[in-house]
Amino acid sequence: MANIEIDAPGTSQLFIGNEAIARGALEAGIGFAAAYPGTPSSEILGSLAQVAKKMGIYAEWSINEMVAMEAAAGASYAGIRALAPMKQNGVNVVSDFLSNLVMTGIGKAGLVLVSCDDPSAISSSNEQDTRPVAKWLDIPLVEPGDFQEAKDMTKWLFELAEELGTICMLRSVTRIAHARGNVKLGELPTKKHKARFEQTHDLKNVMPTTLIPVPSPFRHFLLHMKLNKARDKFESSPFNKYAGPEKPELLIITSGSCWLYSQDAIDALKMRDKVGILKLGTLWPLPEKFVIEHLNKSNKVLFVEEIDPFIERAIMELAGNLPSDAVRPAFYGKRSGHINAFGELNPDLVIKAVSSILGIEYQARDVDYSNKVESIVKSNVPERTMTFCAGCPHRATFWSIKNALKLDGRDGFVTGDIGCYSMAIGPAGFFQVRTMHCMGGGAGVANGLGKLGQFGFDQPVIAVVGDSTFYHATIPALINGIYNRSKFILVILDNNATAMTGFQPHPGTGMTAMGEPTEVVSMEGLCRALGAQVKVCDPFDLKASTDTLLKMMADDGGAKVVIMRRSCELVRAKKEKTPYKVRVDANKCIGESCGCDRLCTRIFLCPGLVWDKKTGKSKIDEVVCSGCGVCADVCPQGAIVREAACLISS
Amino acid sequence: MPNKQLMKDPLNLIITGVGGQGNVMISLIIGNAFVRDGYLVTIGETYGASQRGGPVMSHLRISKNTQYSPFIPNGSADIILGMEPVETLRMLGKYGNPNVITIINPRPIYSIDVTVGQAQYPELEKLIQTIKELSAKTWLINATEEAQKMGSHMFANAILIGALIGSGVLPLTRKSIEPVLRETFPKEIETNLAALDKGIKLVKS
Repeated sequence: MANIEIDAPGTSQLFIGNEAIARGALEAGIGFAAAYPGTPSSEILGSLAQVAKKMGIYAEWSINEMVAMEAAAGASYAGIRALAPMKQNGVNVVSDFLSNLVMTGIGKAGLVLVSCDDPSAISSSNEQDTRPVAKWLDIPLVEPGDFQEAKDMTKWLFELAEELGTICMLRSVTRIAHARGNVKLGELPTKKHKARFEQTHDLKNVMPTTLIPVPSPFRHFLLHMKLNKARDKFESSPFNKYAGPEKPELLIITSGSCWLYSQDAIDALKMRDKVGILKLGTLWPLPEKFVIEHLNKSNKVLFVEEIDPFIERAIMELAGNLPSDAVRPAFYGKRSGHINAFGELNPDLVIKAVSSILGIEYQARDVDYSNKVESIVKSNVPERTMTFCAGCPHRATFWSIKNALKLDGRDGFVTGDIGCYSMAIGPAGFFQVRTMHCMGGGAGVANGLGKLGQFGFDQPVIAVVGDSTFYHATIPALINGIYNRSKFILVILDNNATAMTGFQPHPGTGMTAMGEPTEVVSMEGLCRALGAQVKVCDPFDLKASTDTLLKMMADDGGAKVVIMRRSCELVRAKKEKTPYKVRVDANKCIGESCGCDRLCTRIFLCPGLVWDKKTGKSKIDEVVCSGCGVCADVCPQGAIVREAACLISS
Repeated sequence: MPNKQLMKDPLNLIITGVGGQGNVMISLIIGNAFVRDGYLVTIGETYGASQRGGPVMSHLRISKNTQYSPFIPNGSADIILGMEPVETLRMLGKYGNPNVITIINPRPIYSIDVTVGQAQYPELEKLIQTIKELSAKTWLINATEEAQKMGSHMFANAILIGALIGSGVLPLTRKSIEPVLRETFPKEIETNLAALDKGIKLVKS
């Protein structure tokens, strides 16, 4: 990660959008930041945590987004500027708190929510658009169009939140959050933080922090006044800008990374003198006067935005309220089918939309070259299906789950959850996972399935959940299962990190975001205290793991938890040397004639094990193999040999 | 304002390979060197779910005066640095054009689809020949092989960076890369610098 705390105002740094946001928060003088890891948002808190001690601020990985948001509000109430960054799904988790927070208002210090959306769901279970949440809950919303704006807007948003007395939201997307670009640094504040919760006992001057005794409808009215004030300020915001001819043939209205795609598109089409771009940085409430002023520039308007037609609908609604004799342009966008209503956009999709509206022919490259390369690629480029890393404990766990379910013979299955192990819906986890929704959802679904015995349901149900997800959202489902005597096995895949988002610590790791040692919240201790039967297994011990699962499935008793405990391979590899030197004994491997149907390379699917077509035997790829040695236990011939390489910690 | 010349503005550079090879690391080193030399750089990367084993690409857009989008438009790559041969071909399919320059590490990494037998990995010599035919110029750098001789396949990244700057296609010199490399690999800097020089030497031979 970049040095976001560098004290070099005026210099240009290469930051990912998330680092730019974190820097903006530092320049705004925040004292508090709390988050739960979630791609593409994780580096905001991650980079703040890294410099927190040096900068005299506090940063934490909270157990979930709701607690993070509430904790940040607490800081705001005590006069400390606070930031709560999250991915789009996190906004759902905090929405109950938010819907009340907008009524009470914030404390004296600014409170900012950052939502990093993931169009195309590149690292997500869905591609939900969080802009409508801001509209739904009356939260002022901005969206940066590049990396510099990500920093500058974040800084400004704290001032705005304080001026309005309400939480403000910045929406980013993967291609800003995780893309890199130049950011010119500003000054870092030197003011020391002082926290105090000011109490008032005067009934005429009610506490802003409670929802009573002022009636909620009146607070709702006050919130609308705040929104009106925000709209007035947005009318002259420098983050809204127009570039292009006075009377363009086509006016593009856009925001965020789509602004960059739009510029690329009209550059590629060489139409800078014919197409204008109105870029909006303040999205809600819409700066209506500013928009109307530009709407008259052209008789054709194209909305370029990802996922929901948020700007499109808002501006069409605005146009519907224009005087009856006003000239209305033709609108193009998602409603007209020129822009996809799903998936992320890119310059090529904008080129396609603009050329279709203006009737232009566009060739990205030489036609002969294009035909040739496309036909070659079609027949020569193999797929790369996602799989677990070489040495990943999840592969071993799902191997045991698969074998245990098969040996049990009652057509049992797995309900899944959110993490690297979500890949077990596919070949990586031998297609074992059958349901997958949100954080904690798998255990919840298993609760229902486990109560269907009276309807003749007798299939074993295994809910898998990662260690971090267990703390985030699974504990209530486990308690529910114990209380209501639901029959399922909760398998916690404890790899000692929030692995998928970048190995962040969690309550089971004994480490805080700021690198301080802390109490370990023992997951087995917690589960036992709740009354569950708990077994801890090493997933690399395939036999013991399979046996434990089988016994649990045969046991008709109450709630059961199996903890599959082994460190994420990528975490282990940073601390220790390779445990084994693994090789295939060419004399023992009898290839296709083995009768195992190539268990190693057709079923087990570790990328470190490859099939040597020339010799017709399996082979270790030493560049990829992590030396875990599990495949030695998978091979029925004993042809895979693991020899101790170095068991000493480096 | 930078004083050295880009062969095109924006210069569109793709770094491609398989998740885990070090794609992001290379793009960061090259990107930072450009920013320090006064350029505007945008980098778009695929990562997250493709941390290990998936096809990955970094798009670098380098310009004197414009912050471009993190996506190179189709057919518009100027240079492709391929850490893996089949991934280089994948990139040519979408972003290649008759003027594209390629620098490739010919060491294949097989996907599970190939291992299972559901997909075929093309014959290596033919694959390299195809890449050459689809490029205006190609440099073949045995980076993994050379890196293994230096002690670890991970030094392939510094070798490839060396090849990239040694080829002369970027207005970057060893002098602008070295400080960034020192900050990135403080522990194994000597071997990485040796690998960088190895890459410069290989591309010139």
